[in-house]
Amino acid sequence: MRIRRPTEPRPSEITPPSVYAERRNVLKALGLGLSAGWGATTGALTLGANALTTPARTALVTIPSPLSTRETPSSYTDITTYNNFYEFGLDKSDPAANAHTLKPRPWKVTIDGACDKPGTFDLDELIKPHALEDRIYRFRCVEAWSMVIPWVGFPLGALLKRFAPDSRAKFVEFTTLQDPLQMPGQRRAVLHWPYREGLRMDEAMHPLAILAVGLYGAALPNQNGAPLRLVVPWKYGFKNIKSIVRIRFTERAPATAWNTAAPEEYGFFANVNPAVDHPRWSQAQERRIGGGNSLFTARLDTQLFNGYGAQVAPLYRSLDLRKWF
Amino acid sequence: MVLSRWQLLRYALHLGLCLPLTRLVLGAFGLAGQSLGPDPIEYLLRELGWWALTTLVGSLAVTPVAQLLGKAPVLRLRRPAGLWGFAYALLHFSVYLSLDRQWHWQEILKDLSQRPYIMVGFAALLLLLPLAATSTAGAMRRLGRRWRTLHRLVYGVGVLAVLHFALQVKKDLTEPLLYAGCLGVLLGWRLWRKKWMAATQPEPTR
Repeated sequence: MRIRRPTEPRPSEITPPSVYAERRNVLKALGLGLSAGWGATTGALTLGANALTTPARTALVTIPSPLSTRETPSSYTDITTYNNFYEFGLDKSDPAANAHTLKPRPWKVTIDGACDKPGTFDLDELIKPHALEDRIYRFRCVEAWSMVIPWVGFPLGALLKRFAPDSRAKFVEFTTLQDPLQMPGQRRAVLHWPYREGLRMDEAMHPLAILAVGLYGAALPNQNGAPLRLVVPWKYGFKNIKSIVRIRFTERAPATAWNTAAPEEYGFFANVNPAVDHPRWSQAQERRIGGGNSLFTARLDTQLFNGYGAQVAPLYRSLDLRKWF
Repeated sequence: MVLSRWQLLRYALHLGLCLPLTRLVLGAFGLAGQSLGPDPIEYLLRELGWWALTTLVGSLAVTPVAQLLGKAPVLRLRRPAGLWGFAYALLHFSVYLSLDRQWHWQEILKDLSQRPYIMVGFAALLLLLPLAATSTAGAMRRLGRRWRTLHRLVYGVGVLAVLHFALQVKKDLTEPLLYAGCLGVLLGWRLWRKKWMAATQPEPTR
């Protein structure tokens, strides 16, 4: 009898993270009484309380991608409880605590600007023609921490082509939902709302650039940018705009949120580059979130284009990366 | 042994300022349900820095409070508060050197020579060193009047510490401005009182 070696499980075949997260959090909750005694705001406290209410998520049908990294993904808990999403607060634990007010369905996306087939579409109709892929990508935040994230999504370029961008289309602008009722952080003018991001057309058409609709084989949690977000793994995290409601083809480079807020600190391109420091801190190394006793793990050396140089460097052959950071 | 009200207050202060540190140490080892979260080094740095700043600004409030209440024993809280502030600042810097920068001297020297917020924070710590070193009763006796002059350095430390906080904020300046406001009131009170005392001092008789 031939015994087949088991193939590597796909992310969607692994026990849904919400299930084991919930199991762990029941255990954690038992310990809550103890930790509550300490009074002070502890991440563990809010985490435990929040994850208990996380609904079970149905698995998405996905196919694996050769563009995925073989690195071990960060834990579901780390990915979903530690991120920046200023529409829900400024602390990295705020999105997980506050994003329950976002309603990711029904969701409409407008595609317009320099194209032949503009329109407003229901999200499910919009993504229907695309096969969902598992894309396990490195994620490098401009704040010098990083993760490995198993996204579920499809190539951005394939979607853009359907709307027949014309010859004037040199850039693509993305806009996040603006609704202070759903996104309470927008009541404070921390950034110029709504959040906007943009890519050059050739960047947007690159096979690595995806629109993500899921994480760990299931639908995107609200705090990670449900129901539709951009993922461009060779750029700093803030380029990966969340909860997109509008995609517009433009002739000129669109004004983007962080570049408008602090142009000397955050460039339009925002390509990961260890040789170009942020004015206030070094970008040479990064802290990889999770992974053993992370208090004592060595920092990783940050790679040019976040390690995707072989694929994307040709896009920037004629660009001075120091000037156009 | 009977403890006076003021002694009790002092013990309460020690206990109160010892708790956050205990919580962080437990968190570092994952004990008693404590955790430092997904990005432990960043969390440690931020918490230690926050407690250093808060305790130092708090220590600057002791004198005005004693003056307002007209209760001199309150002043006995000043030294423990200042020393706890120094302890948190020193731990904050140690975590930066060891866990954060992992003793990469080139990186550290680059930080200390090029990054304004680190330069400012380091200057604050340097100014704290002579103050901590002369915090004993013996040093007070030996230095006499000069002790008071030396310890006015703490006003500079307060300003530098708030600036250090403000310069590293990514976008939202609310909290640093709150500290700047508190510091302004505490230092302003001293200026105002000095002027007021000078103005109401009776003319010396001939």
